Amino acid sequence: MTGQPIPQPFPVEAGHIMMFARAIGDEHPAYQGQSALAPPTFTMASAHYDPDYHLRPKPDEEWFGSGGGPGVMAEGGGGLHAEQHFEYHRPVRAGETLYAHTVPGRSWEKQGRSGRLLFSERVTEYRDADGEPVVSAVTVAVVPEGPATPKDAR
Amino acid sequence: MSLSSNDIKVGETRESVLVEDLKRTRIVQYAGASGDFNPLHTDERFAVEAAGYPGVFAHGMLSMGMTGRVLTDWVGPESLLRYGVRFKAQVWPGDTLTATVTVDSIDDTPDAPVAHFTLRTVNQNGVEVVTGTAAARLEP
Repeated sequence: MTGQPIPQPFPVEAGHIMMFARAIGDEHPAYQGQSALAPPTFTMASAHYDPDYHLRPKPDEEWFGSGGGPGVMAEGGGGLHAEQHFEYHRPVRAGETLYAHTVPGRSWEKQGRSGRLLFSERVTEYRDADGEPVVSAVTVAVVPEGPATPKDAR
Repeated sequence: MSLSSNDIKVGETRESVLVEDLKRTRIVQYAGASGDFNPLHTDERFAVEAAGYPGVFAHGMLSMGMTGRVLTDWVGPESLLRYGVRFKAQVWPGDTLTATVTVDSIDDTPDAPVAHFTLRTVNQNGVEVVTGTAAARLEP
């Protein structure tokens, strides 16, 4: 979901919707079958179709999670998802292909309890094969400035 | 089939238990379905030793996805116009989450009546983990 120059094809598949609906614990019949509707947050799964998606391990590339050792925090890896917003122009249905185009949005900073917090938006437009908008998504990420430190206990 | 404007009133609420005793496996299931394999969510050793958290925690999007059900079970999955949330606190394995959705207002628009909602998901200690708003189109 990094700013790819051309829209990324995202084939919406019935089996993928089924797996996603199971993962969020939603057995609604509308999310089942060959002409299933997609649950409201399903377009996040377009990450599977982004060749450069940074949160997916890839063969022959260093992965930052644990193996022989604990792993390392990637640059910006201390970031967290702060907000997520969707606008629905129409429902998403199995069998169609959406085209995702992501651009950076606004960025701002705020003083947190333990230093500055850097917020940034990524805006993704999902359009159909006719170029009509289907879902508009805004992801707000927050990254604390400075090195990763032990986090608040639960 | 969406909800009729006769079937919903301002101030009405619905509550739903989204998950009891959230399992790590469930978080792994969401990682696989969504494609978000951030090891913060699935790799205990990374989360503790590299990232400094007490353990793995759920994707915010898992909480948002689960919370959406309280809305779509009510208004129908085809009628959502907007759905947005803020992630307020982390969700940990073992947590039990309960979502509440409230009708804030119902507006008449040229197309159809539109209901506006506020959403709130809390853990077993009553701590808000997700808050948000949504809008859905109603049948006239």
